[in-house]
Amino acid sequence: MESVPCLDVQNVQRIRLDVSGAVQGVGFRPFVYRLAVEEGLGGFVRNAGGGVALEVEGPAGAVERFQIRLRRETPGPANIQGIVRQRLEPDGQQGFTIGYSDIGGAPSASILPDLAMCAACRAELFDPVNRRYRYPFITCTHCGPRYSIIEAIPYDRARTAMRHFAMCPACQAEYGDPASRRFHAETNACPDCGPQLALQGRDGEVLARRDEALARAVQALREGAIVALKGLGGFQLLTDARNETAVALLRQRKGRPAKPFAVMVGSLGDALGLVHVSDAEREALMSPAAPIVLLRSRDDCATPLAPSVAPGNPDIGLMLPATPLHGLLMEALGFPVVATSGNRSGEPMAVDGDEALARLPGIADLFLTHNRPIVNPVDDTVTRMIAGRVTALRCARGMAPLVLANPKQTRPVLALGGHMKNALALGWDGQIVLGPHIGDMAHTETRAAFTRSVEIMRSLYGVRSGAAACDAHPGYHTTRAASAISDRVCPVPHHLAHVLSVMAENGLEGPVLGAVWDGTGFGEDGTVWGGEFLAVEGAACRRVAHLLPFRLPGGEAAVREPRRTAIGVLHTLYGDALWDREDVALLAAFAPGEQSMLRNMLARGINAPLTSSAGRLFDAVAAVLGLCQRTTFDGEAAMAVEFAARAASAVHALPSPVMMPEGDTLQLDWRPMLAAIAEAAARGVSVASLAAGFHHWLADSILEMARHAGIAQVALGGGCFQNALLTERAMARLQEGGFRVYRNIRVPPNDGGLAVGQAAYAARRMDEVMD
Amino acid sequence: LAHGSGGLLTHRLIEEIFRPAFAQSCDDLTHDGAVLGVPDGQIAFTTDSYVVQPLFFPGGDIGSLAVNGAVNDLAMCGARPLWLSAGFVIEEGFGIGDLQRIVHSMGAAAKAAGVRLVTGDTKVVERGKGDGLYINTSGIGTVVAPAPVNPAQVRPGDRIIVSGDLGRHGMAVMAAREDLGLEPPIVSDCAPVSEQVLRLIEADIPLHCLRDLTRGGLATALVEIADTAGVAMQIEQGDIPISPPVRGACEILGLDPLYVANEGRFAALVPPEAAVLALSILREFDISAAIVGRVEETGLPGSVALRTLGGSYALDLLACEQLPRIC
Ligand SMILES: [Fe+3]
Ligand SMILES: [Mg+2]
Ligand SMILES: [Zn+2]
Ligand SMILES: [Zn+2]
Repeated sequence: MESVPCLDVQNVQRIRLDVSGAVQGVGFRPFVYRLAVEEGLGGFVRNAGGGVALEVEGPAGAVERFQIRLRRETPGPANIQGIVRQRLEPDGQQGFTIGYSDIGGAPSASILPDLAMCAACRAELFDPVNRRYRYPFITCTHCGPRYSIIEAIPYDRARTAMRHFAMCPACQAEYGDPASRRFHAETNACPDCGPQLALQGRDGEVLARRDEALARAVQALREGAIVALKGLGGFQLLTDARNETAVALLRQRKGRPAKPFAVMVGSLGDALGLVHVSDAEREALMSPAAPIVLLRSRDDCATPLAPSVAPGNPDIGLMLPATPLHGLLMEALGFPVVATSGNRSGEPMAVDGDEALARLPGIADLFLTHNRPIVNPVDDTVTRMIAGRVTALRCARGMAPLVLANPKQTRPVLALGGHMKNALALGWDGQIVLGPHIGDMAHTETRAAFTRSVEIMRSLYGVRSGAAACDAHPGYHTTRAASAISDRVCPVPHHLAHVLSVMAENGLEGPVLGAVWDGTGFGEDGTVWGGEFLAVEGAACRRVAHLLPFRLPGGEAAVREPRRTAIGVLHTLYGDALWDREDVALLAAFAPGEQSMLRNMLARGINAPLTSSAGRLFDAVAAVLGLCQRTTFDGEAAMAVEFAARAASAVHALPSPVMMPEGDTLQLDWRPMLAAIAEAAARGVSVASLAAGFHHWLADSILEMARHAGIAQVALGGGCFQNALLTERAMARLQEGGFRVYRNIRVPPNDGGLAVGQAAYAARRMDEVMD
Repeated sequence: LAHGSGGLLTHRLIEEIFRPAFAQSCDDLTHDGAVLGVPDGQIAFTTDSYVVQPLFFPGGDIGSLAVNGAVNDLAMCGARPLWLSAGFVIEEGFGIGDLQRIVHSMGAAAKAAGVRLVTGDTKVVERGKGDGLYINTSGIGTVVAPAPVNPAQVRPGDRIIVSGDLGRHGMAVMAAREDLGLEPPIVSDCAPVSEQVLRLIEADIPLHCLRDLTRGGLATALVEIADTAGVAMQIEQGDIPISPPVRGACEILGLDPLYVANEGRFAALVPPEAAVLALSILREFDISAAIVGRVEETGLPGSVALRTLGGSYALDLLACEQLPRIC
């Protein structure tokens, strides 16, 4: 019990509170109502554009207790960012009411991410006497769709996809009953009045409805079919995860040869039979976001998964059912299913039924759909445990839109993100909102989704003016789109955006040493950057050091073929003597004609850009160690090196990092390290111990650089820090050395978090941009 | 060649090199201008400068390139090419033998394309101030297409036909310049396309748009047309003709053949009902001609989608340098 200041109970007060943050659509108004009634206060609460506005009147002690409880007892999914309090003259009001929305307010309220089914709804779903027994769209104020169905704010039924469904008297009664969990539940629905299921064939013909649709989909999945399921934010493709034929067929139809598939299981118990789950991971799996969590497979797996689910991967991306529909399906199936985005590889998910039928007929055998429109598409979120924290690798369903306070964010800016893992961010009014993952801008459909997302972000938050921030790469689709989006375009250096993303998420001011390691980013000197050390203060940035550059013979082809990058690296190491070395096993990966061509390309610099990328150095090591010569998805080679290192029983010691002065900067010389790896591998030293040694060398070099730069705060950013081993080792070494280490946790460290840094940069540079 | 000898040198160049080479196609090179009868209707007029390195490559040289370039630009206007001019900027010390070869090749190319070289100019610049030889050609033709031929005529449903396999010119020049040692060498597609275009017009094919697939290749040409016309296009990877040697060389070099230059290839956009006839005419000239895609009814205006087994990729104009975008 907290102590309450001694107050004059006879003294009647009236106060107004303007509450901002994630307070709409989470049962916050009913919560306020309940508190006010319990404390015997009069007044009202209503959604306002800027959050929730309320006034309470009564004895000063009760008003005081009300304010304390408002903070302490905030319902789960709600998140109060700020409360502005105003004293008013008492006007003798006795009862407490929930008022209509004030749509005239500033539209800066947080729009909530979609919330997984709560325990109370789950209990009702499987209760045969409940009127919502087996109803796939059961929700309450604590759970259900939010972002994916919202058309405009404030969050009220009339401005969501639920406006198509008029509540029946029974639902209406719950909606109006302060004692009900569905009091003012905007998504409230039941079998009599709400959305319904349908099962469609490839030609769009309806095969079954309601429970029978579900039953027939279940039967088809048991028989090894591929079913497209209209989930919360888009279509997913499902198939029996134990059935190798079915999973292999899905790979073939989707055009996705090796990238791991996510798996859905019915319950935590089922998950425990497949993978090792720590407390933090369990919490993440069962959180309202219900993300995919990458978890280590058990050797003694209860239900062996088909080898094609995650070929050569010791981890499985696992998730629990997020919606009642998924819950019913998994309950009926009783076995794990592959649950992957309903698209061809790399494209955005199909969102509405017609689109799914048009785009997925060659992939799915059946379509389990429903008639609740998806207003805002949102894919599944992907997370992974890194350094004790569940870290987002893809920020989407349940997490996005992600709100970060950033006091520097004054004038509005829409940040357009990167090229491959595109996501938008909107910055204004002291905050940055990161939108959900959109996808790879190489694809036409993703570009269309990007264009729609720009419109969604601007209209949802009502922020139409302002600058457009984009990457500095002139070839990114988003860079080219920027000038059509705003007449004030602010290009942001790629790696600076990564550092600023870490700084914005952690509320850091400079000076910061950013260790920004990723695959490729546009460098200010015309080369490809990706192994950078940047000293950042405000928006000012100095390149302190970088990896010794090497060539990528074939440009993007080298990114797809680590064996080429390895040749570029080995050529920097050995020069032309490379071609005659007999101890370089990698040369055998090339036909004689290819070798002479590569030789020519490196000698003359034909389509062989220079890079200082750490991600590419990972690729080179993967190829030199014989782990991966060609990739079919982003990060495949680096993952192979991490997995090898994870399995190591010993760490092969490698030469210490060497820094070479180069003009005003330092070059981190990886040649002695790489020569040691190449020679040890040729001698037959275990690949795992070399991979582990490589990780140690990388972490040591970050510490070495931090010492050299003498900046107490170190930010780790860029896609390389999706690597748990590297991140954990680097953090440990830096912390031992007395440095404070920061990184992205809720914002993805890869290019999916780039837009946050871009928005932050533009905010800092806005005055220049405005002039 | 020596620099600065003025009139005498020019006179000797004309008499000893240009006149014999251009004998069949040239009226009177001694005048500063040509006097020509103006045809009825519209004329097409084009100019282009050629700075290719190396000057000689398998399948052609800067001379044939300069003639075919002008001829093809006229053909792309739906015109019958008639007259060309040629301007030479020659670096001091450039070999007479090479010049003779090039000029001879121009004469032969003009003859093959049925055009006449009617006026010209030569300048000799100081050593080190030119890259051996630059040529400028301008051309005039009479428009014979009955309707306008330009991106504004492009309609949804139009089929995209390419007149033959792609990428040979760019790869032939690159292989020669960079000494890639391809065996057998890739031969440039450098050739006039006016005959094909005239045949399409004679067959009453409604030519909505024609575009030669020179610098930037098919991808650049289509993106530019889609952008100007405000339409979306789609091409099928499997239907695009590329010879195995070009495909192989591009693969090793990490180049996309859709962006590699051609000098005897064009794309025609024609209504769907005319596509099969147009294709059969083009196949009489080159069996590898193919229908590669279509203009879409819907889709992002200005976008060109390349459909592959692994999904649909958007084609872009290349940025100044080929920097990877994969992160
Ligand atoms: Fe990056
Ligand atoms: Mg031209
Ligand atoms: Zn609930
Ligand atoms: Zn109802």
